[in-house]
Amino acid sequence: MTDSSHMERSDAELIAAVLKGDMASFEPLVAKYSPRLFATARRYARREDEVEDVVQEIWSKAYHKLSSFRGDAPFEHWLMRMAVRTCYDFLREHQRNRENTFTELTTEEDDWIERFIASPEGASEHAKAAKQLVQRLLDMLPPPARLIIQLLEIEDRSVKEISAMTGWSVPLVKVRAFRARAEMKKCLARIARDKYL
Amino acid sequence: MNLENLQHKLLAAARSAPADGRVPFAFEKRIMARLASGAHVDQLGAWGVALWRAAISCVAIMVLSGAWSLWSNYDQGSNEFSQEFETAVFASAGSVDDVQ
Repeated sequence: MTDSSHMERSDAELIAAVLKGDMASFEPLVAKYSPRLFATARRYARREDEVEDVVQEIWSKAYHKLSSFRGDAPFEHWLMRMAVRTCYDFLREHQRNRENTFTELTTEEDDWIERFIASPEGASEHAKAAKQLVQRLLDMLPPPARLIIQLLEIEDRSVKEISAMTGWSVPLVKVRAFRARAEMKKCLARIARDKYL
Repeated sequence: MNLENLQHKLLAAARSAPADGRVPFAFEKRIMARLASGAHVDQLGAWGVALWRAAISCVAIMVLSGAWSLWSNYDQGSNEFSQEFETAVFASAGSVDDVQ
């Protein structure tokens, strides 16, 4: 079979072939879904070597647990659930010093905050400094809070979706969301304290 | 500084950041090579399998022991059982007689 005929096969056909022992049929799945996995991993890991490690781990788990894929939902959903859980494990294993405050801001970031204070409308959310600041803020959060903020506030997923992706019950997701928002407010309050007191 | 407003602004910044789905060159080949070499060790999975096997063995032993115990009691005949039952029932009657 040629590579092009592999690409024409559906996910279900490729998965069935892999489960029968045709390992080569896994490669088209890797090619198809890796961009999505890399985009996801880059939201949680900073360094490219860490991002690649995370995605390799996701594919490794997907391959070895492929027999548990029941096919009642799209393969992409099953894979993304695995991706979210692997990224969460990564956050827990690589908890950095979260006491990093906003005292070491770059000049651009400082300027952006000054512009925001002077006039909130004048500080664009599209600015590179704003994106850098929000990354700092996310890095300060504990892993559960960071995951919830990423999925709920940034990716705009529903509580039910987050529950399915993480394996947390719906009430637990709600409790963690409440705590995550409170934690974010605390981190932001630290900016005000560090910069202006 | 309005922190609520700042939080909304920063989250909007995060939402507007485009997803970066770049895949490193030859990544698929590296994954397939890693899978072919069998490098992955799913420790949790291995533990899970081992514990399931242990649980099934324990249940099997429990069922066999229970079956053997029931069969042993039945095999000893009902006579022994009825004598023991009578002894147990009249044990208290005997102690009442002693008191009287």
